[in-house]
Amino acid sequence: MKHKPIIFRLLETDKGGRYFLAVILALMVIVPFCNLVVPETSAFHMSTYVVTLVGKYLTYALLAISLDLVWGYLGILSLGHGAFFGLGGYAMGMYLMRQIGDRGVYGHPVLPDFMVFLNYKELPWFWHGFDMFWFAFIMIFFVPGLLAFVFGWLAFRSRVTGVYLSIITQALTYALMLAFFRNNFGFGGNNGLTDFKDILGFDLQSDATRVALFICSGLAVILGYLICKFIVQSRLGSLVTAIRDSEGRVRALGYRDEYIKLFVFVVAAMLAGLAGALYVPQVGIINPGEFSPINSIEMVIWVAIGGRGTLYGAALGAVVVNFAKTYFTAAAPEVWLFMLGGLFVFVTLFLPKGIVGAVKNFASKSGKKIEPDANKANVG
Amino acid sequence: MMKLYFVMLFLFVFPAQNIFANESSESINSLDSSFELLTSKSFSDKTKAIEAISESGHPSALGILSSLLDGKLYYGKKDKKIVKIEKIDSKIFKTFDPLNNDSLGEKKKRELRKVGINNKLRGLLNEKIAKLTIFSEDKKTRLQATRNILKNLNPSSVEIIRNAVKQESDADVRELMQICIYAADAQSNDREIKLNAIRSLSGSLYPEIGILLDKLNTEQLAKSEKDTELLEALDESIESTKLKKGFYKQIENIFFGLSLGSVLLLAAVGLAITFGVMGVINMAHGEMLMLGAYTTFVIQQLMPNAIEYSLFIAIPAAFIFTGLVGIGIERGVIRYLYGRPLETLLATFGLSLILQQAVRSIFSPLNRSVITPDWMSGSYEFNPALSLTYNRMYIVLFALLVLFALLWLLKKTSFGLQMRAVTQNRNMAKAMGIRTNWVDSLTFGLGSGIAGVGGVALSQLTNVGPNLGQAYIVDSFMVVVFGGVGNLWGTFFGAMTLGIANKFMEPFTGAVFAKILVLIFIILFIQKYPRGMFALKGRAAES
Repeated sequence: MKHKPIIFRLLETDKGGRYFLAVILALMVIVPFCNLVVPETSAFHMSTYVVTLVGKYLTYALLAISLDLVWGYLGILSLGHGAFFGLGGYAMGMYLMRQIGDRGVYGHPVLPDFMVFLNYKELPWFWHGFDMFWFAFIMIFFVPGLLAFVFGWLAFRSRVTGVYLSIITQALTYALMLAFFRNNFGFGGNNGLTDFKDILGFDLQSDATRVALFICSGLAVILGYLICKFIVQSRLGSLVTAIRDSEGRVRALGYRDEYIKLFVFVVAAMLAGLAGALYVPQVGIINPGEFSPINSIEMVIWVAIGGRGTLYGAALGAVVVNFAKTYFTAAAPEVWLFMLGGLFVFVTLFLPKGIVGAVKNFASKSGKKIEPDANKANVG
Repeated sequence: MMKLYFVMLFLFVFPAQNIFANESSESINSLDSSFELLTSKSFSDKTKAIEAISESGHPSALGILSSLLDGKLYYGKKDKKIVKIEKIDSKIFKTFDPLNNDSLGEKKKRELRKVGINNKLRGLLNEKIAKLTIFSEDKKTRLQATRNILKNLNPSSVEIIRNAVKQESDADVRELMQICIYAADAQSNDREIKLNAIRSLSGSLYPEIGILLDKLNTEQLAKSEKDTELLEALDESIESTKLKKGFYKQIENIFFGLSLGSVLLLAAVGLAITFGVMGVINMAHGEMLMLGAYTTFVIQQLMPNAIEYSLFIAIPAAFIFTGLVGIGIERGVIRYLYGRPLETLLATFGLSLILQQAVRSIFSPLNRSVITPDWMSGSYEFNPALSLTYNRMYIVLFALLVLFALLWLLKKTSFGLQMRAVTQNRNMAKAMGIRTNWVDSLTFGLGSGIAGVGGVALSQLTNVGPNLGQAYIVDSFMVVVFGGVGNLWGTFFGAMTLGIANKFMEPFTGAVFAKILVLIFIILFIQKYPRGMFALKGRAAES
């Protein structure tokens, strides 16, 4: 048993996770194949638009997994998870902006267009270094991680919990939104960062780059899933769920609960940052709207609908909700908000464990033994 | 605008009275010649014409000058005849004889040309109109006239003031006239008069006086022989004016802060009940505000002829309507989720999306305009440096009224007693025979109803649109959390502190950044005092 590779140990008891990873892997093979190899005339051809769309869903899935780690396992309902996603996205956006070089509308060799437009004389200090990919890559993790660290350090040590914590996470992302909307904040104001040209020298518009980004997103989801799974299955993971279920007892047993919470929170923030960084080149824009509190709450509903405390359920919820969103905002925009709102109410009232929970319930009713449920305890 | 309004008022009330009225046969002749000058392109000709008209003593002189100021004086392109016009639409004007207001029939716009004026002429006109109105019987008109003279001070107008002040009976007007005279004296060549005038102007709040004193100061400093006594007097006067102005600026800031705080209070006080007392996180709270605001809109649509009174109907209507919606939400959703605050948060957020979209579908996504009744518009001028708008004053009063009504309800009525009993110990309350379900519903209805009332107030201040609620939801939570949950006084002080802090930071940081700072401050504050400023102590705090 001990000699098995770690990945098998992680997935041994995780049937849902095995299916989930299999589906992602299959997508990573099928989608590029259908896009690049299958001729356009064929019915199986997949347009680049669809590839990008599915890639976007994958980044959302990664985001949902990271949110599930803090909500489903740690019991912290973060209403500001979009902040980490947005920061990761901005870090990537800054790199992509610097890549434009002198090809912008104003043709300035260093300053991005919006800075020329706003009469910047030189690059603000925080823009330095983003012309190098490795630097931006570090920042994608470092900036959201740092924010989560500082915020968590303050919040967890002073034992801000439950609803209060949720509300101040919301305040956090709201404050960031207001700040990024300001033109003189140095991040393009309400237009955000856009008009990207290429990444690592590859043209962002080309099919091959899109497919490569798609594969990266798939890899990131798998990696993110395995990291989260590793954390929750380790001894640390037992403590994490213990904190969710009864924080006071964990503390009384002598564990420093605030450090455990801090660690998990920072890891989740970094994963969210990675999701944001993969999202931006695929969508082609990042603007302060990503920080809006509504967005963050929407992420929570993905996790709730999929089924929290399962990781793959969260990813499933993200894909399902966003697919519905894509479909309905095009087909019946009036109806979409009614539907989303109705989903919130329906899921909380009738599907407290989400889709995954409902399926498990159904399975157990038809004679199988009931799995010990991870999120039975009162969360919050 | 106010100025013109008074002039118009004067015209209406005293159509033919004019203190300067003398031989009218002469004046008609002189008016003809000045009318000719008015059609000239040269502004100096027009200046002469204005002087002549104001001096003429013709009974319509004031009317002519004020219509010139309003841009209602035109002349025919061919016959060069001056007419007063009334716009029918952009192409056709009704014309009148400016001398006696007889109708001259309709004319097309392209047959006429406007008598153009520039800023200098505008100043002159104001001054001349002021001269003509300074002996009016109406105190406000006299005050306004003196104010206009102060704005464009010159020797001839000061002479009029010197005469007028002798027969002035009203103390306020006399004081202002005296300031005009001092302002003129301060520029005199006689050192004693000058010195005395400068000393007397000390602490005057009129912006013109501030400019005048600064000008005199630079003049004195530029002189080769310094008159130290004069300079000291100037310094003193300027300092005291600045000090006073700074003081009133602070008062104004506090008032703005209080009014912003009142808005926050109105937005948050309903939440203080649903969240603070019941522990229900109602993300649809902002939408309750929005529904209240839309109720105002609907009521105004229903009674377009009685806008003045619409608010008095809108307030109870909004309370009942949003209260019922609140009870519906409690019965339909929230009661299944007690004890699970995070789920409640999600469900009510869903409800808020549904309500928003419903309003968008029914009323369109555009902002609706809610009319502010006349008695709420305008402002009260305490002195030239401080004037407070009525609507903000009413909001402050209204917020306090709502707060006290709620406190009374909670502390003095049996419903309030039951409510507090249920929140403190549900099981014990139940054992004592209180119908807790019923109390829960009513409490939630009360919180929502109060939010609706807050929405009526907000409709007077901001745009009424489907997103109205979202703008306030984060703020409302901040106020409640900052003030301390379960304590209405905490909410009150929380709202006022945040309002005033915001307004005091704004001049240094700008509105948005001030808000960001306040948010950061609250985030840090909660770290230190996780239960807010006025935390509950004892058992109630443990839950």
